Amino acid sequence: MGSLLLDRLLVNIKGHDVSELSKIIVIGANSAIAVHCMRLWLAKAPAEIVLVGRNVERLQAVAADLRVRNPAVVLRVLSGDFTQTDSIADLAGQAWGTQPAAIVLLAQGVLPPQQDCQSDLAVCRAVLDVNAVSAALFAEAFAAKMEAAGAGTLAVLGSVAGDRGRQSNYIYGAAKGLMERYVQGLQHRFAGTAIKVVLLKPGPTDTPMTAAFKQQGMKLAPVADVAEQIVRAINQGVAVAYVPGKWRLIMMIIRHLPRIVFNRMRI
Amino acid sequence: MKVASWGGLTPLPHTVRALSRAELHRADKPLGRGIAFGMGRSYGDVCLNPGGVLWQTTGLDGFIAFDEQTGRLCCEAGVLLKDIQRLLMPRGWALAVTPGTQFVTVGGAIANDVHGKNHHVAGSFGDHVSAIRLLRTDGEVIDCGPEQATDWFRATVGGLGLTGLITLVELQLQPVRSVWLNVETCVYHNLNEFFALSAQAEKEFAYSVSWVDCLAGQQGRGVFIKANHSPPIAADSCPPLPSSGGALRNVPFTPPFSLINKLSLRCFNQLYFHANQRKKSQQIQHYTSFFYPLDNVQHWNRLYGRRGFYQYQCVIPPADGALALKQMLDVIARADEGSFLSVLKTFGSRTAPGMLSFPMPGVTLALDFPNRQQRTQRLFAQLDGIVSECGGRLYPAKDARMPRRLFAAGYPELSAFLAYRDPGIQSALARRLID
Repeated sequence: MGSLLLDRLLVNIKGHDVSELSKIIVIGANSAIAVHCMRLWLAKAPAEIVLVGRNVERLQAVAADLRVRNPAVVLRVLSGDFTQTDSIADLAGQAWGTQPAAIVLLAQGVLPPQQDCQSDLAVCRAVLDVNAVSAALFAEAFAAKMEAAGAGTLAVLGSVAGDRGRQSNYIYGAAKGLMERYVQGLQHRFAGTAIKVVLLKPGPTDTPMTAAFKQQGMKLAPVADVAEQIVRAINQGVAVAYVPGKWRLIMMIIRHLPRIVFNRMRI
Repeated sequence: MKVASWGGLTPLPHTVRALSRAELHRADKPLGRGIAFGMGRSYGDVCLNPGGVLWQTTGLDGFIAFDEQTGRLCCEAGVLLKDIQRLLMPRGWALAVTPGTQFVTVGGAIANDVHGKNHHVAGSFGDHVSAIRLLRTDGEVIDCGPEQATDWFRATVGGLGLTGLITLVELQLQPVRSVWLNVETCVYHNLNEFFALSAQAEKEFAYSVSWVDCLAGQQGRGVFIKANHSPPIAADSCPPLPSSGGALRNVPFTPPFSLINKLSLRCFNQLYFHANQRKKSQQIQHYTSFFYPLDNVQHWNRLYGRRGFYQYQCVIPPADGALALKQMLDVIARADEGSFLSVLKTFGSRTAPGMLSFPMPGVTLALDFPNRQQRTQRLFAQLDGIVSECGGRLYPAKDARMPRRLFAAGYPELSAFLAYRDPGIQSALARRLID
């Protein structure tokens, strides 16, 4: 746009010693929650961040935003196919490189309407592929690297939807539920080591992913608040964090509702 | 869902559609019909479209580029003024013009061509916009600015969101040496003193504003505040920093009736006036306390109760300023109505950048009134008479009730503006005053 500075999008900030910065890898870096987490990290201190996603154009827009917020940030953008095992292994390898990451955040996610998952198996598969299979494969790849490095925090964005299958979103819920079981196992594997595995379970959050819910008038938590609590939970290395915290109680009730009651509810 | 603007008048059903960056780039998903809605901080119906769609822009909150040498900032239209100030002021750059709240989007600030306490030196928000990208509802993209497509720029700045959806903007920030301001306060006992103080302050200070006690009748006593940006100050002599955790106070729920009434107002005005008479006249203030004092009270609009409130902001040309103000204060006192936030300020002489921009040379008075229906409307009709007689105008960003002819009379470029109107954009204000 003529005088605009858009051409600066791709300019790299040079002259910083990368090795002094703490390194963060974000998978699904276009996710609104992930973007807000990165903004919070950079508000505290510069860092080296590797942004991994499926849409390179949007990743570059995210990178430009982060660069304005903290010009001392060192950014790398990687994109690839999240449905191919080789591509996932390759992305994880490139992102890790030779420098261990302090934090790896897995934030990729898709949420088409449940009805579409039921009427089109391809949509159903995409939900399972991105939300569950790719997340578990990325996690497994980074788990091996963290094990070799002997440290690191692996943070996985789950969802309250994974707590109990519901007619309104059970395909998405099943994928998120898979991640819960997966994380449980990984936490067991790394118990007593310096490696932390954190499962984050946001409730409905105001992001582009939930725009359709918003249109229906659902109350959504502000994404900046959710990100703030996620960053705190990652810092503390808690095993499972509901964000906002009230969802721990709400989901406990929903999990424990007897089937006879639950099946009468349209939730 | 039911949506009301900041004035909190009757909430009405809307379809709220959150816009995302990805969506705007997809040609296969046109915008449809609606109006941009940012933070909903305008007071009246400029941001509303009952029965229709609101395009929520707060998700378009990405920065694109910032040049630390020149102070040029390029960002998406949903970025909040708060984020620009918080991020860049410590790095030596600030918004050249800011309104009294930082909880507004850049797009909203342009669409209403907002002004601040420094109008006499800096003009309005649109004076510091160097480029706008506009998305029309038919999919056309128009880039405009003070040097390209200037007609589109003049229509869009202050264009009430009606020329298309503002998606990207480029702003020129002003260099500042610190996050602090040197603030001087004094009281005045009548409007002549106010005008004398204003004339003097405009020469020496970047910022000037005043609070007027509208219960004191036509003499118009008040508190005058003027300030300049401060050079850096040593850490040990800084006043305490305001908490970064957001608002300090909150109005947690809407009371059934307005807590702002004649009695509470009379007490407040007395206390405020006399407190300032005794207060230390010079102090150093953080930019948030100086520019955005009300932002410290979250949901302060709830104080006006369930019926909400109206804001009445007019500008009176210089020739009639003193006389018209006296008449207005007299009418308000006689109507036995009082306004809590009564702000009086002189505008500078610069021509505003937009066809429908509010600022023009003269003096502006902003008043808040709890919604007492007929009674309030009668008062407004009287005030309208004074404004229209002296060739003044009302501020659409604050308005929910002005008559069509007052709008047309106040904004002579309205008919030229209509050529740039996007037919797919609807708003309650456009239905009320334009279409």
